[in-house]
Amino acid sequence: MLREGELRIPSGCSISGIIDKKGKKFNGEEIIKSITLMHDRSNGLGGGFAAYGIYPNYKDFYALHIFYENLSVKTQTDDFIKKHFDIEKVENIPTRSVPNIVNIPLIWRYFVRPRTQTCVSKENFIDEAEFTSRCIIKINTNCKGAYVFSSGKNMGTFKGVGYPEDIGKFFMLDTYEAHMWTAHGRFPTNTPGWWGGAHPFTILNWSVVHNGEISSYDTNRRFVEMYGYKCTLKTDTEVITYLFDMLVRKHNLPIEKAIKVVSAPFWDDIEREKSEEVKNELRSIRAVYANALINGPFSIILGCERGMIALNDRIKLRPLVAAEKNNRTYVASEESAIRVICNNPEKVWAPKGGEPVIALLEGEQE
Amino acid sequence: MKTIDALNVYYRDLNSLIDNSIETDSDITLKNIFGQRYIGRGLPKKAKLKIYGTPGNDMAAYMDGAEIEVFGNAQDAIGNTMNYGRIVIHGNCGDTLGYAMRGGEIYVEGDVGYRVGIHMKEYEEMNPVIVVGGKSGDFFGEYMAGGAIILLGLNLTKDEDMIGRFCGTGMHGGVIYLNGTPDKYRFGKEVAKSTNITSEDVLFLRKHIDFYKKTFSKQLNNLKIESFSKYVAVNKNPYSNMYCIY
Repeated sequence: MLREGELRIPSGCSISGIIDKKGKKFNGEEIIKSITLMHDRSNGLGGGFAAYGIYPNYKDFYALHIFYENLSVKTQTDDFIKKHFDIEKVENIPTRSVPNIVNIPLIWRYFVRPRTQTCVSKENFIDEAEFTSRCIIKINTNCKGAYVFSSGKNMGTFKGVGYPEDIGKFFMLDTYEAHMWTAHGRFPTNTPGWWGGAHPFTILNWSVVHNGEISSYDTNRRFVEMYGYKCTLKTDTEVITYLFDMLVRKHNLPIEKAIKVVSAPFWDDIEREKSEEVKNELRSIRAVYANALINGPFSIILGCERGMIALNDRIKLRPLVAAEKNNRTYVASEESAIRVICNNPEKVWAPKGGEPVIALLEGEQE
Repeated sequence: MKTIDALNVYYRDLNSLIDNSIETDSDITLKNIFGQRYIGRGLPKKAKLKIYGTPGNDMAAYMDGAEIEVFGNAQDAIGNTMNYGRIVIHGNCGDTLGYAMRGGEIYVEGDVGYRVGIHMKEYEEMNPVIVVGGKSGDFFGEYMAGGAIILLGLNLTKDEDMIGRFCGTGMHGGVIYLNGTPDKYRFGKEVAKSTNITSEDVLFLRKHIDFYKKTFSKQLNNLKIESFSKYVAVNKNPYSNMYCIY
């Protein structure tokens, strides 16, 4: 049987996200309820969650969540981690037994800090984040059977093969408290399905859940790989995650410009812009980052330190609904998946194609 | 009149419950609807549904004469390939409303999403109609082959547009009536404004606008039939020469 990474998969899925912009925390029950309502959008071959703010006691450490296929690759990976990081804590990620969740890999979590004196140097333009991301890419490329599926600070993703509601139960998400949750139910039509291929896809604090298919995948992949990323799974979502990490962390673009890069206005819309300044800026963005334009149908929810961003492709080939109530912003593939956890929202709207919903934590600027 | 509490009822169970109920009582009220799909699919003429909540995708797919009234917003692909009957939505509606619709009427009080009326068609006495009170997303009337869509564009704020872009792209039949004349760049090249507004057009508009007013209890004193413009396909058969050269 072909494994994830040896096969490319078109998919249609469900996504949902909740953020409390004041940073108030809540457990995973609501997000599970929301994604469960859209059960029939997925087919049991992938479910996952990202949770932000869950490790306050280890907030200065990178939390590496790793799948291992066997103990020998764990030993190999442990050696690599020990060599490059100081390990504060290592443990199994707690799970509970759920009948539909089978073929479970070994699932470990490490709280680590890069060995700064040996590895990180300003002269080589390598900071902690860059160093950590390079190490993760190394593990995912070189340690066959190991996959780092989460690597941020004070956040974590939890994913696997199964329906999202079962994955949520399996990872005991009711025991975690986060100020922001995103979720995904997967409908890969031809996949053998592997735990690493479920969403969210992450690098450092970025996480992406995605409904759709990126037809520009290979163009985008070649582009990010020039900047040191390695797309190990051949799935389109992975490349979206790296694009945002590259544009915002490495190239220092403000998030709203990064959005314009991946979801650029049409040329004729740019020509109709009244302000010369805006016009020129959009032209430059399209010229410089032509290879980072994401084409094809998508709706995504991007999680990061500063908050949550939801975005559609420019001609809205996938559904996306947003709502607001009190301090919270909700986004989901279907309005009912919001209303089931949010009674009488103050505002409900369907974002236009290419127009992001930006919900940042208080104190963060757009 | 029968009332069904749909809270936590799986869509298949709900739809068979509706099928069974209309055998004895054709008036059904559904409460606590959260996203159940295919409600009213293939439902025949005698059935009347009142829906409270947010019905799921493909509501009224292949509907065959029933009447459905939704008190809330509806999701995507409502009225997919429906044949006969009427849908009234007291709220907004998502994308691909009236997808390949073949007959019947849909009235939406508020806004609608992308690709509304995509590939709706007509045949002899079957002439589907969609009436939308607010604004629409892009690709309004895309690949439209028949029937009529009326967009009232009510209550728009200054920075809101009545239609998005690519209106009538690929259109080769049917009529789009817009309350106003949006800029040309918003339309596909297969659609053009018609200067030929007949008395039949006026009667048709009046009839459906009156129904809209009555159904949603609106006055609409400022709404003038004269401000509507009519858009039709440039060519009824635009692709006929694509595969053979005469």
